[in-house]
Amino acid sequence: MFMLRTTAMLTLATLATGAYADAHSTTLKWARAGDSLTLDPHAQNEGPTHTLAHQIYEPLIIRDVTGEFEPALATDWAPSESDPNVWTFNLREGVKFSDGADFTAEDVVFSFERAKSETSAMKELLTSIVEIRAVDDYTVEFVTDGPNPILPANFTNLFMMDKDWAEANDVVSVQDIANGETTFAATNANGTGPYTVASREPDVKTVLEANPDYWGVGEFPLGYTTIEYTPIQNAATRVAALLSGEVDFIQDVPVQDLGRVGETGGLVVKTAPQNRVIFLGMNMGADDIERDNVDGANPFADVNVRRAMNLAINRDAIRQVVMRGQSQPAGMIAPPFVNGWTEELDAVQPQDVEAAKALMAEAGYGDGFTVQMDCPNDRYVNDEAICQAVAGMLGQIGITINLNAQSKALHFPLIQNGTTDLYLLGWGVPTYDSEYVFNFLVHSKEGDRGSWNPTGFSNADVDAKIVSLSSETDLDARNATIGEIWNVVQDEQLYLPLHHQVLNWGMTESVGTEVSPEDDPKFKHFSVN
Amino acid sequence: MLAYIIRRIFQSIIVLLAVGLVAFSMFRFVGDPIEQLLGQERTVQDVERLREALGLNDPFPVQYATFLGRAATGDFGISYRQSRPVAEIIAERAPATLELAFVSGFLALTVGIGLGVFTAIRRDGWAANAIMSLSLVGVSLPTFLIGILLIYVFGVQLRWLPTFGRGDVVDLGWWTTGFLTTSGLKSLILPSITLGLFQMTLIMRLVRSEMLEVLRQDYIRFARARGLSAKSVNFRHALKNTMVPVITVTGLQLGAIIAFAIITETVFQWPGVGLLFINAVQFVDIPVMAAYLMLISVMFVMINLLVDILYVWVDPRLRIDGRHT
Repeated sequence: MFMLRTTAMLTLATLATGAYADAHSTTLKWARAGDSLTLDPHAQNEGPTHTLAHQIYEPLIIRDVTGEFEPALATDWAPSESDPNVWTFNLREGVKFSDGADFTAEDVVFSFERAKSETSAMKELLTSIVEIRAVDDYTVEFVTDGPNPILPANFTNLFMMDKDWAEANDVVSVQDIANGETTFAATNANGTGPYTVASREPDVKTVLEANPDYWGVGEFPLGYTTIEYTPIQNAATRVAALLSGEVDFIQDVPVQDLGRVGETGGLVVKTAPQNRVIFLGMNMGADDIERDNVDGANPFADVNVRRAMNLAINRDAIRQVVMRGQSQPAGMIAPPFVNGWTEELDAVQPQDVEAAKALMAEAGYGDGFTVQMDCPNDRYVNDEAICQAVAGMLGQIGITINLNAQSKALHFPLIQNGTTDLYLLGWGVPTYDSEYVFNFLVHSKEGDRGSWNPTGFSNADVDAKIVSLSSETDLDARNATIGEIWNVVQDEQLYLPLHHQVLNWGMTESVGTEVSPEDDPKFKHFSVN
Repeated sequence: MLAYIIRRIFQSIIVLLAVGLVAFSMFRFVGDPIEQLLGQERTVQDVERLREALGLNDPFPVQYATFLGRAATGDFGISYRQSRPVAEIIAERAPATLELAFVSGFLALTVGIGLGVFTAIRRDGWAANAIMSLSLVGVSLPTFLIGILLIYVFGVQLRWLPTFGRGDVVDLGWWTTGFLTTSGLKSLILPSITLGLFQMTLIMRLVRSEMLEVLRQDYIRFARARGLSAKSVNFRHALKNTMVPVITVTGLQLGAIIAFAIITETVFQWPGVGLLFINAVQFVDIPVMAAYLMLISVMFVMINLLVDILYVWVDPRLRIDGRHT
């Protein structure tokens, strides 16, 4: 009896100390569908990888939850007054890497050189930079091949590494998978960020601990001392983990479970428009297309057909039925926070089947035609269901769709190789500027531009305007050109925008955060309610 | 006996090579790994450079030969997705799958044989009938549905058991085990039931029908007439003679449990090789897919070989026939 009582007392005592410790440390258990692919911050240009890197490493500038610039390792930046080809960045002083080394201009020059190297995945964002110079320990100048007014927008996922650490661990260059290399930086990290890696098993679990020497202590909420990150691939399991209280915060909540999560006591779902527009593209440039039943002609070459298709699509129905309210019908391929977006351009034409049929008849396709539509089934929210809905709507104006829905690994090569006539694609704008959209989707497919434009659209005047954007320093003139290009895109009905995707984060009520449009939570902004 | 085994090993190697060839001819239908390896801003030159460096432009027999040449020296390449050596990743993931398969197999075998014998002996009892009807559920419901149901009931509603993952594991240096921690053991329960349920009902039904067959035989009747106890008749004389088909099925099913743990592992986010394979397919991570498929086929071939040898050992008649031919 005595023994039993002693044991009970001991247990109570242990419990009490446990509770005491909890009051001082807070853990956030976080799950999303995928894991970061590598800890090397320049080896992958991909969402989940950048999200984890943001907790450990830092760029010069980041975006806050509203999408605005927020100083990180740079305190301020401006184009040089004497030379329009130079941007000057002033660095934050007194910042240390987690191994204790000081962060200086030398590290910035090194990191940018590394990110520009042949095997880096980030180099496409830095093509305009010809030289990076350290003026003194806390000032860096970027020299570009012409004036580049939107250069800072390319820096928000460009992380700073310590030069000495990289040299000591032989990771000066980015891992080259093709050569079968493995590197220290892929599994180890040394950043200036708010958290450090306590343990990591790829695809299983990553534990982050707060960095006690972080420069932003006191400046940011930093509500959590420990972050436990577990990828949970299966959507139903991920939701079950949140419902059962095993995790506190999940990304990628499936739309069909939003209601369920929101109705559960203690849980909330927060939504925000995502930086991604879903749209359809058509091969309008070819004389004849292969995957249709019209011989010797290409129905998509006629702007009336493209306009008819635009009128036939009922975007509100897609929003309500397919997306369960979780989308915002779109009229242009740019989310509202992108430079060049206007309410007018993004206005959606309501469905008008009669007008659409008239346009089809005018184009000589009054009896309709049959064509194949290619669609991914594992890339965007309910992508295959969207295609099915669109197929039904196009059927109303006589266009019979043979739907070919397949995995993204098979779908995207069709777009890259131009072996599709009608396809679904989603597009995000990481630079928050229309030039990015034009470079990839509107410019003729030649050289480094137009790599995602398999439509065959090619307009020398538009191409020249797109090229001029990269060096136009007069922002008003530049915005005017952007507006002109958008007008051509809309007039030509180059694409059929469907909707802006909406992001959903599910969390317990104690998690204090808003949804970031890039889908990349930065835990230093999180507070505990 | 030795000649028999050598002949079987030789046949096994041919099967392995054939499986590899079929696998490599399929990879291009999975998609293009370049899509995942390079971001949306990639340039045409980068795509070509990487494609050439990875050998993706070679015809598939050449890719296969390169793979075999490297595999022969123990080098399975670097995972495109995780950028780490494939051998290291698989070694890291294998314990999770093997422990899950072991527990499921053990459950399936013990519960399956026990219930099989019970339902055969008490053929007309209500309990036996109830078990038989319930076993239909195990045979007919798809694995992912059973998994989701168990998660919903025991994880979300009752909150007794974890809904995902492997819990805390103990690292023994070359092996990580969930057997030594409470959360590890609790995490095993739902996935192992999900994975083993089909095999359990299969073994149970097999044992039952074999037992019913054997119990009708004359030697059982004579054994009863000799006044042997029911226990001795049922377990020593009857059960032993039902074992040959049960061993075959169990052997093959053990392979199936490991190979088809994919679905269970996906539903429960169990960090084993099955989940690794699913991720590899989605990413078109060819080195991982190739290594996994080869590993699984080696395992199937080995199990078949073992089963063949076990036959000879269990059934004396095969031994005598074997000597004469």
